[in-house]
Amino acid sequence: MITAPNIADLNLEYTLPAAFLALFTCFLLLIDLFVQRKSVTAWLTLGALGISFILNLFVYNRGGEAVNGLFIADQFTGFMNIVILITAILTVFLSIDYLQRTGIERGEFYSLLLFSTSGMMFMAGANDLIVVFVALELLSIPLYIMAAFRPNDLKSEESGMKYFILGAFASAFFVYGAALIYGATGTTRLPEIFAAVNDIVAQDSSSVFYLLVGAALIIVGLGFKVAVVPFHMWTPDVYEGAPTPVTAFMSVGAKAGGFAALLRVMLVGLPFLFLESGEASATSAAWQTVIAIIAALTMIVGNLVAISQTNMKRLLAYSSIAHAGYILMAVAAGGTPGIGNIAAQGALIYMLSYAFTNLGAFGVVLALEREDGSGTDIEDFTGLAKSKPLLAAIMAIFMLSLTGIPLTAGFTGKWFIFGASIQADLFLLAVVGVLTSVISAFYYVRVIVNMYLRDADGSRAEGLTQYVTYAIYAAFAGTLLLGIFWPLATNLGSTVALAAALVP
Amino acid sequence: MDAVNTGFSLTTLTLFLPMVGLTILLFMREDTQKEAIKWTAFGFSIATFFASLVMWVTFDESNPALQMVHRFNYLPTYGISYYVGVDGISMILVLLTTFITPLAIMFSFRSEIFHERGREKLYYIFMLLLEWAMIGVFVAQDLVTFYIFWEVTLVPMYFLIGIWGAENRVYAAVKFFLYTMAGSILMLLAMLYVGFQAGTFALPEITQMIQSGALSFPADGLFSTQSFLFLGFLIAFAIKVPVWPFHSWLPDAHVQAPTAGSVLLAGVLLKMGTYGIIRFCLPLFPQASVDWAPVMGVLAVIGIIYGAWVSYAQTDIKKLVAYSSVSHMGFVVLGIFALNAQGIQGATIQMVNHGISTGGLFLLVGMLYERRHTKAMAAYGGIWKAMPLFGGISLVVALSSMGLPGLNGFVGEFTILLGTMGSEVLGFGFALFATLGVILAAVYTLYMYQKVYMGDLRQENANLPRLHWQEIAVLIPILILIFWIGFQPGVFFHTMDASTAELIAGIGRVVPEIVAQVPLP
Repeated sequence: MITAPNIADLNLEYTLPAAFLALFTCFLLLIDLFVQRKSVTAWLTLGALGISFILNLFVYNRGGEAVNGLFIADQFTGFMNIVILITAILTVFLSIDYLQRTGIERGEFYSLLLFSTSGMMFMAGANDLIVVFVALELLSIPLYIMAAFRPNDLKSEESGMKYFILGAFASAFFVYGAALIYGATGTTRLPEIFAAVNDIVAQDSSSVFYLLVGAALIIVGLGFKVAVVPFHMWTPDVYEGAPTPVTAFMSVGAKAGGFAALLRVMLVGLPFLFLESGEASATSAAWQTVIAIIAALTMIVGNLVAISQTNMKRLLAYSSIAHAGYILMAVAAGGTPGIGNIAAQGALIYMLSYAFTNLGAFGVVLALEREDGSGTDIEDFTGLAKSKPLLAAIMAIFMLSLTGIPLTAGFTGKWFIFGASIQADLFLLAVVGVLTSVISAFYYVRVIVNMYLRDADGSRAEGLTQYVTYAIYAAFAGTLLLGIFWPLATNLGSTVALAAALVP
Repeated sequence: MDAVNTGFSLTTLTLFLPMVGLTILLFMREDTQKEAIKWTAFGFSIATFFASLVMWVTFDESNPALQMVHRFNYLPTYGISYYVGVDGISMILVLLTTFITPLAIMFSFRSEIFHERGREKLYYIFMLLLEWAMIGVFVAQDLVTFYIFWEVTLVPMYFLIGIWGAENRVYAAVKFFLYTMAGSILMLLAMLYVGFQAGTFALPEITQMIQSGALSFPADGLFSTQSFLFLGFLIAFAIKVPVWPFHSWLPDAHVQAPTAGSVLLAGVLLKMGTYGIIRFCLPLFPQASVDWAPVMGVLAVIGIIYGAWVSYAQTDIKKLVAYSSVSHMGFVVLGIFALNAQGIQGATIQMVNHGISTGGLFLLVGMLYERRHTKAMAAYGGIWKAMPLFGGISLVVALSSMGLPGLNGFVGEFTILLGTMGSEVLGFGFALFATLGVILAAVYTLYMYQKVYMGDLRQENANLPRLHWQEIAVLIPILILIFWIGFQPGVFFHTMDASTAELIAGIGRVVPEIVAQVPLP
C-alpha cells in the first residue's frame, strides 16, 4: 500500500536551487514567444541563474535529504551548484553577442541552457540511481540540440548528431549498470546500496559479480559524459563543431555534472566494494585500480594528442580530456578508505578552478573567432600581444593555469588532487599525473609562444564585445583569486562528507 | 607543536618591495614615461638592496635559528603557512640576489634589445617579478611557499629569454621551461608526501621531528623510501644547478638570453638549486644524503672537469662562460656533499663568488656584444688597446673567476677543497680531481682573455666606444665585492657560522657518522 507522504516531510526547499531553474525555464519558453529582443531573454536567464545562486547559498551547509531521500542537499551539492551556476552565468555572457554576431540568435538557446543547467544541478544532488539517470537525460538532451545550433553548418550538424548517438549509448550503459546494481542490492538509493554492498561483501555472496559489472557499466556510461579515454572519441569533433559558447559550457558543465554523479555513486554507494572480505585484504575498493588505469590513460592520451592539434577548440577539447583524467585521479583516490572526503574536496576544488580557467580560455578563443567560425587556429593567436596586450596577458595566465603554474587556480586544483592521490598511496598514478603536466606545458606554452614570441600583426579580436569582456575578466579574477587565496576554495568544501558519515 | 602566527618582519618587507614596484609599473604608460619606468624599476631594486642590508646589519650571527621570521597560518587544516625567515645561509643568498638585480636592471638601460623588440615596461615588470620570486625562494621556510616561489621564477625567465633573446630564443625558452618544470614537478610529489606524513609543511617543524625521531623515512640502501624522496627533491635541484648530466638546457638558455637574463640566470637562479640541496635535501633526508654523497661527489667532479673541458673548446665567448658555470657549480655541489662545515660554508661562499664573477663576465660579454654584435672570439683581439679600462676590469673579473688567491674565487674553491679532504663521506680522491678543474679553469679563462683582449688590434675594433658611466657604475660594485670577499672572507663566513654548524649537527643527530665540527676561524 502506498501512503501519500506529507508535503512538509519532503523538504522540497532543499531542491529549490535546481527546481526553481527547471520551473522558471518552462515559463521562459512561453515568455520568449512574446519577446522581440532576445537579449531580454538572456537577461531573464541571467536573473534566474542569479536567483538560483542565492537560493543555493541559503541551503548551503543547511541542507539534508529531500523527497524521501531521492535528493540530498549537502555541502557537496552546494559546492557543485556553485561550479555549475558560475559556468552557466559566464556562458550566457559569452553567448549574448556571439549568437547575434553569427546569426544564430534564438530564444530557445537560453531555455535549453537553463534546462541543461538544472539537469546538472539535479545530478549534483541525486541520491538515487534513478534520479541520476533522469538528471543525466535532462543535462544531455538540451546539449545535443545546442551542439547543432548552427544550422546549415556541416560541422555543427555532425557535432550534434555524433554527440546524440554516442550520448544515447552512454545513457543505455548507465541504465543497464544501474539495473544490475538494483538486481544485486534490491534498491536504487545510494545509502541503502552502501549498506547492502557491505552485507554482500561480508557474506561473499555471488551478487558481487553483478555489482562489479554494474559498477563497470556505470563507469562506462558516466565516462562517456566526462570524456575519459577510451570513451573520448566524440569529444574533439563535437567540441570543434559546436558553437563556441556551447563548447565552453559543455567542457565544464557537462563534465562537472558527470563527475558529481560519478563521485557520489562511487563514494557514497560503492566505497566498500571489496573483492574479498576481511580486514587484511581490504585496502581499497575493487574499482580503484580500474579508475586509476583509466585516469592514467586519459592523462597520457589527452595530453599527447593535444600536442599535434592546430585548432584551438580541438586543442582545448583534448586538454579537457586530459583534465578529466586529473579529476579522475581524485575519484580513484577516493577508493582508499578514509581518503574519500579529501578526494571529493580535491575534485571539487579542481572543478571550480578548471571552470574559471577553461571558460576564460574559451572566452578568448571566442573573441578571436570570426563570423564564419574561422579564426580559431593556434596560428591566429600569433602576435596577439602586440594587437591586444591585455587580452594576450590574460590568455597567457589562463594557459599557465591550465599547465598548473603556482599563483593560478590550476595549481591550487592540482595541489589538492595530487595531495589526495599521495595520501591514498597511488604514487605511480601521481607520477603519471605530474609527468603528463609537463607534456601539457608544451602545447599550452606554444600558445604563449605564438602570442608573445613571434612577430605578426595579430588578430583584431572582433568578437571582443562588452559582455565577452566581462566574462573574460570574471574568469580571470576567479583564476587569480583561487590561485592566491586557497582558503576561498577550501573553506567552501571544508566539511564535504560523502564517505565519512557512512563509515561503519 | 604550536603553529603560531608572528607579526610582520623585515623579511616580508624585503620580499615584497619588488612587488610594490611591479604594481606601480603596471599603471605606468610605456609611450610617455619610458625614463620613469626604468628608474622606478631601478629605484625599487635598490630599495630592496638597502632593505636586505638592514636585514644583514640586524642579523644576529651567534643565533643559528631562523631570524626575522614572519609566519601566517594560511591553511591550518593542511598545515600550510606563509612562513619566511632567514638563517645565515639564506641571508647571504638574499644579499646576493638584491645585489645582482639592480646591476642587471641598470645594465639594461642602455641595451639595444629594445630597439628592435621594444616592450620595455614588460621587461622591467618581469625583472622585478623575477627578483621577488628569487628572494622568496631564499627566505621561504614552508614547503608550499617555497614551491610556489620556485615555480614562479620560471615564468619571468621564460619570457626574458623568449622575447628579448637572440635568434634561437623560442627554442631555448621552451627548453628551459620544460626542462626545469619536469624536474621540479617531481619535487612537488615528494613535498606532498613529506608534508602529509608530517602533518605540516613548515620546514623547521619537520626538521625537528626528523631529528627527534618523531618522523623518519625508511632508509636502507640506495633505493629506499627516503632515497626516492631525496631524489625527488634532488633531481629538481640538480637540473637547476645544473649537475652533469642535467646541464643541457644551460648553454642554450645562456647563449640565447639577453645579457641581464644571463646575469640573473647565472648569478642567482642556478644558486636556487644548490641552496635547495642545503636547505631541503640535507636536513630532511640525512641518511639518504650520506648514502648518496659519493654518487653526487662523482657527478660533481665529472661536472667540474667536463665543464672546464668543454669551455676550452668553445669559440663563442658566451658559451664559454656558460659552460664554465657547469664547472664552477660542480665545486659547489662537491662542497655541499662533503657534509661538513667547511664544505658547506665554502659552497655557500662559492655560490656568491660565482654569482659575482660569472655575472660580471656575462655583463662584460654583453658590453662587448652591444658594441660589436658578435660573440665569436675570433672577431676580437687586442680589445685592451681600444678600451683600456674595460680590459683592466675584465682581467680582474676573469682572474677572480679562475680563483686567483687574493680575489674572491680562491676563497670558495680553497674552502671547498679543504672540506672535501676532511670529509667523512668524500675524501682525497675527490679533492684531487677537483683540483684538476682549478687548473683547467686557468687554462680556458686565460685562453679566452688572450684571444679577446691581447694580440693585435683589428681595424674594425679600433673605434669601439669607451665605457659609459652607467656601465662603469654597474662594474664598480662587482670589483668592490671581488676584493672584499678576497681579502676579508671572514665577514661573510661569520654570518653563516652558527647556521652551518647547526645544520651539520642536525645531520649528526640522525646519522652518527657525521660529526659536528668547529667551523673555520
